[in-house]
Amino acid sequence: MPVLTEDKLAGDIGVPPRMTPPSGGDGRGEPDSSFPVSSRQMATWLLMTGVGMLFAGLTSAYIVLRGVPTWEHLQLPPMVWGNTLILLVSSLTFDLARRAVKVDNISAVRKWLGLTAALGIVFVSGQILLWRQMTASGLLLTSTLHSSFFYVLSGVHAVHILGGLIGLAWVSVQAWKGRFSSISFEPLRLCANYWHFMGGVWLFLILLLVFA
Amino acid sequence: MADGNGPGRITIAGLAFAFMMLVLIIVSVWLFVAQPWWFPELASVSGGDIDDVFMAVLIVTGIAFIGVQGVLGYFVARYGTRGTERAGYWHDNPKAEAGLLIGTAVIMTVLVFMGQRVWANIYFTDAPEGTLEVQATGEQFAWDFHYAGPDGVFGRTDAKLITDTNQVGLDRKDDAAKDDIVVVNEMHVVVNKPFKVRLRSKDVIHSFFLPHMRVKQDAVPGMSILVWLEPTRTGEFELACAELCGLGHYRMKAKVVVEKTEQDLNNWVKQKLAEQTAN
Amino acid sequence: MQVQHATEHAHPQLGFWRKYVFSTDHKIIGIQYMITAMAMAVVGGLLSMLMRLQLAWPSQQWPMLGKILPVAFAGNIMDPGFYVSLVTMHGTIMVFFLFTAVLTGAFGNFLIPLQIGARDMAFPFLNALSYWVFLLSCIVIISALFVAGGAPLGGWTAYAPLSALGEASGPGEGAGMTLWITALGLFTISGLMGGLNYVTTILTMRTKGLSMMRLPLTQWSLLITAILGLLAFPVLLAAAILLTFDRMGGTSFFIPSGIIMNNRLLGNSGGHPLLWQHLFWFFGHPEVYIVILPAMGMASDILSTFCRKPIFSYKMMVYSMASIAGLSFIVWGNHMFVSGMSPFLGSVFTMTTLVIAVPSAVKTFNWLGTVWGARIRFTTASLFSIGFISVFVSGGLSGIFLGSSAADIYLQDTYFVVAHFHLVMAIAPLFAAFAGIYYWFPKMFGRFMNEFLGKVHFWASLIGVYAVFFPMHILGITGHMRRIYDPLFYEFLKPDQAMNVFVSVSAFALAAVQLIFLANFFISIFAGKKVNENNPWHATTLEWETPCPTGHGNFGDELPVVHRWAFDYSVPGAKNDFVPQTVPPGGEKV
Repeated sequence: MPVLTEDKLAGDIGVPPRMTPPSGGDGRGEPDSSFPVSSRQMATWLLMTGVGMLFAGLTSAYIVLRGVPTWEHLQLPPMVWGNTLILLVSSLTFDLARRAVKVDNISAVRKWLGLTAALGIVFVSGQILLWRQMTASGLLLTSTLHSSFFYVLSGVHAVHILGGLIGLAWVSVQAWKGRFSSISFEPLRLCANYWHFMGGVWLFLILLLVFA
Repeated sequence: MADGNGPGRITIAGLAFAFMMLVLIIVSVWLFVAQPWWFPELASVSGGDIDDVFMAVLIVTGIAFIGVQGVLGYFVARYGTRGTERAGYWHDNPKAEAGLLIGTAVIMTVLVFMGQRVWANIYFTDAPEGTLEVQATGEQFAWDFHYAGPDGVFGRTDAKLITDTNQVGLDRKDDAAKDDIVVVNEMHVVVNKPFKVRLRSKDVIHSFFLPHMRVKQDAVPGMSILVWLEPTRTGEFELACAELCGLGHYRMKAKVVVEKTEQDLNNWVKQKLAEQTAN
Repeated sequence: MQVQHATEHAHPQLGFWRKYVFSTDHKIIGIQYMITAMAMAVVGGLLSMLMRLQLAWPSQQWPMLGKILPVAFAGNIMDPGFYVSLVTMHGTIMVFFLFTAVLTGAFGNFLIPLQIGARDMAFPFLNALSYWVFLLSCIVIISALFVAGGAPLGGWTAYAPLSALGEASGPGEGAGMTLWITALGLFTISGLMGGLNYVTTILTMRTKGLSMMRLPLTQWSLLITAILGLLAFPVLLAAAILLTFDRMGGTSFFIPSGIIMNNRLLGNSGGHPLLWQHLFWFFGHPEVYIVILPAMGMASDILSTFCRKPIFSYKMMVYSMASIAGLSFIVWGNHMFVSGMSPFLGSVFTMTTLVIAVPSAVKTFNWLGTVWGARIRFTTASLFSIGFISVFVSGGLSGIFLGSSAADIYLQDTYFVVAHFHLVMAIAPLFAAFAGIYYWFPKMFGRFMNEFLGKVHFWASLIGVYAVFFPMHILGITGHMRRIYDPLFYEFLKPDQAMNVFVSVSAFALAAVQLIFLANFFISIFAGKKVNENNPWHATTLEWETPCPTGHGNFGDELPVVHRWAFDYSVPGAKNDFVPQTVPPGGEKV
């Protein structure tokens, strides 16, 4: 009876059902029968919590200083929207990779993962280009508080995207080696979770920086 | 509550610990009641309120301190073992727990209300009309006191005019500044008359601390913070900086002189003006 | 009966380096954290000895020190800038690199898998990595003492703009400050890796039968602390990032306009110094609970073991730790009553601060309830857990003065604060850590520490800590400010000097006593009395099912199954005065 439930669960989250009866943790990350979430999933949520708190701290600094009477709100180059779009599309392609693995379409998985990585690299490059564009037009790190925040927030975010790219690289290697299947693709799903989260963070940051 | 099997035994270790608790209680009571070293002698009105709050908290925490350390010492002495006796297995008493919890919460609430009245008096009450105002600027590592002089208007200051001898950048050409004085590390006020201090800082955070008057307020660059108080004794009082501001933090000492009459204060201001405009 | 595949334990025999140095075994990593933290304690302690030397005999000539540290003791007298850098580094090293590291890093790593019935952490490699990043952070912070200009001057709290203006603020604010920030950044990353591991492991890898409400309080405290760390440390990192940009990038996050240094107006504009304080203390207040909560958990468990009596009101102990953790996020302004923060906020923070006193009071009552009717076995470990209660109460009660904003106006930045936080954040956790070390030493090394030396250590330390820190309350009441190089500069502090000398001499004695502990610890590893049984203390928790010392894989072929909570001491009708967690219902009578 428990096996049936686990099958259904496995299909959604990519964790294969256990063959042995449930036992306690064995020190290698296998879930305990009584806890509904796998250790890797838990770790990914905790990571996102920590990263989220970092951006929460930076955001609260922004909100506090936004009230300063000498605040100058600057116009950001339109390129920033292009970069944003690229990042959001990369979330889409990552999700397509996840859908592909659920139907065991491994060649599609590789394609979509590769595209996601490419878009991620384009995003980071785009951000660097954006900074150069801003610097060239006189919008420096030190110009106003608003520009300072833009550089710092987008910079810290880019660092975290790079981290996500490293994870994505590892997942891609695993996909190439054929390690994923429709019943076992948890690392792919978790990496996608992180990627979507960072996309969401960017969307939040850019809306904050432009409209708040 | 059943004691379990076998009597608790008094042990040497237990007695030694109880003795330590007793010594702790006696020494602390002596320190806080006989007060061989205590607050500097009070010299302000609002300071008296602060001392009252301190005393209220002291009584509450003192009782708790003696009670808990005493009971701890007693239990440790009383409930030793030689190895085979059993303790009681009881480990819950929701009523007692709730009672102690609520009791603590009530006591804390009372303390909050007592303290808040004093806090409101200090921060949410304005100084009376016509109170003397002194502008105090902290810098690494001195206090600059700027008086408006007899015209009661502060002269213009400009950061570009700041030099080693013109600490606040007073523009002597300004009409209002003609009777201003700026004195380093010395402030004069009048007894039984309130005075206002507008606190600023040139560089880093300093803190304006007058222990005898129980006043402390950080001076933050970019902010202009007002404190006011009424001294109750004449004499000379020390002012210290109470926020770490660099390697010279310890020597940011200033002298606050509480004069007997307003005339005495005015004389001092006149004397200082003469010194400063003589150049 | 859970059968673990025997092949999983047939590891190839690891060489010395893989087994004892670059190990991924949580027990080795825990011991590595412990020994590193002890080394940092010695450094931090030495720094405070130098501080006490200066405070007791200000501007005294010290020719020996003048020879060893010619820059710090130019002309044989301590340099005032050096004094303030001592203050900064002592605080930083002790708070982070000793206390946070030893309680969560050492005990967390060693105990979590053992007490939950797992073979290792969820992510052993990440665990090892967190230790090596921690070690790196230790090296970086120590190097701040040796660079040109020396260590920073801003205290461990590094208030802006002093910390944001770089060299202009004073020596040590250049390279020294950069290293300081780097070390804290590395420490934060190490902490986050560890915290991630702890929460995941405790939640997902408990053995069969070990429900959350059967966990020892040590585990609850480590879980709650790890969650606190994940929420609080990133905010410190955020503040440190903004500070770094101010220092090196020319930004003005914490620097307002109008700053005049060396008679020159700086070009910054728009920043606010109080923003630093808000960010720092939003982290800083949970941080103090990150230090004390594991201490409370461990002391509670050890107390119960040696009282042969269940901890009083286990449920309330869990709820109170959780509520302390939650409340810790809304009290941070209690460090900022005189900072220039809005007085209205000051009122709010007074209320929340006095609320957080309530769960701590509950815990104190419960400790007393545990000792009441107990049958105490006096070992070094139990003595330190009892001493913990006394010291925690002393330190906690002085917090009530500081939480009352009106009283805090006078007491802020005086030695009253120093007394409070040392007793409650340094001495109490230290006593709990000592209790833990004497208690779990047999499990770690298969030998006992010497009990006689342990008891000398305890009694001398108990007297010593009160001799050093209790008079500081009085010093604060007389108005003695913190971080002051020369108290004799002030007339009103001159009568205090006898107390300052008393405190310093007591501090030297207290430090000397700790050498007994260090000698005992290291010699016992090799020559201590051998332990002949798994469970020398007759305790109930799962780690005592394993041999002393515990081997790789912890539990042999089969993982334990838990049938009861961790506090079945003196159970009526039971054969022994303790019933391990693995004994099925009814099995205690046999």
